[in-house]
Amino acid sequence: MDIFYPIQILADWITYSILHFVKGSILGGAVDFFVNDSVKIFLLLSVIIFAVSVIRSYLPPEKTKKWLTNRFEIVGNIIAALIGIVTPFCSCSAVPLFIGLVESGVPLGVTFSYLISAPMVNEVAAVMLLGLFGPMIALLYIVSGVAIAVIVGFILGRLKLEYLVEDYVWKIKANCQTVDIKKTFTDRLREAYQYTLDLIKKVFPYVLVGVAAGALVHGYAPENLLAKIAGKGNLFAVPLAVLIGVPLYSNAAGTIPIVKSLIEKGLPIGTALAFMMSVTALSFPEMIILRKVLKPKLLAIYIAILTIGIIFTGYLFNWVL
Amino acid sequence: MKIQVLGSGCPTCRKLYEVVQEISKELNLKDEVEYSTDVTKIIELGIMSSPVLIVNGKPVMVGFTPDTEKIKKLIKENL
Repeated sequence: MDIFYPIQILADWITYSILHFVKGSILGGAVDFFVNDSVKIFLLLSVIIFAVSVIRSYLPPEKTKKWLTNRFEIVGNIIAALIGIVTPFCSCSAVPLFIGLVESGVPLGVTFSYLISAPMVNEVAAVMLLGLFGPMIALLYIVSGVAIAVIVGFILGRLKLEYLVEDYVWKIKANCQTVDIKKTFTDRLREAYQYTLDLIKKVFPYVLVGVAAGALVHGYAPENLLAKIAGKGNLFAVPLAVLIGVPLYSNAAGTIPIVKSLIEKGLPIGTALAFMMSVTALSFPEMIILRKVLKPKLLAIYIAILTIGIIFTGYLFNWVL
Repeated sequence: MKIQVLGSGCPTCRKLYEVVQEISKELNLKDEVEYSTDVTKIIELGIMSSPVLIVNGKPVMVGFTPDTEKIKKLIKENL
């Protein structure tokens, strides 16, 4: 049984009994769709983001560093990518994080695996996919994100590009003693609550606008609209979707509900997945911040390999599914 | 007594600096709050996130919280 069934009942009740929309009308259907999706997303966001925040409080980057030093390379790539799942990408911390890892001897490729997985496997995006598409697609998104992070990181590591990291990075010497700020379990819960509240405040306008736009497409756009122009037959659809996704950074919350409706209208899953990954992983603010520690050439190589990885994943899923 | 905010120059770090300045005024602290965007200092402390709040040379908070009361408490406890 669908665990979200009670939410559908609630949405039906709000739409048809309280707001008095006519059952079976297009407008009524769109409103019902809007209420159902937004309630579901906010419920999931609150529960899952809270849980992830608590888990995360046990994985501060200083601990990550310890786990990643002296690892066999590919193992390091995998651990780094996995830790990246629960870590959000914070533009504030990207530079100290990068320097801290590299300085303590974590291989450059492993550091990249972490830097790719953290923003790409975005917690809000994963939650929205879970709510709107179900566990299979959410899992697909997470697994392919981790796979890209591991592979791209591994390739970058093989290329021996250490000389393209800004020179000052190698000169910094950290204090061996790591600072340990003690936290009680109540502290962790409190922080997780604060974080969740903050995040929901930040994303809720996007979610509402996105779900509303999605509901309109759902109700009014003709069936198979996209199957013709952006279907599997069109080889340019995946790269184009990736390009469109780049400037939409941080709007995963608003984008995914629209994507859901576009899939209903015939957009292939792989193309949609590539699009969502480019929304979360290829972002200008992140690139600008990373420029502080990477020479332009390395930044370009990083963006190029990541883009190719995402496009490849798009084709792969279009081909498999 | 000395309060420092170390950051990487991002908006969140700036915000913490402003919040700490407010608190410092409220508590009538004489010393200026110091703001640095030198990432090297953060790394040297063995920390890998930013911003960092330092009171009397001791890092008391890593990362940002919108909870002003908590920041105030941390500063008071470590003065």
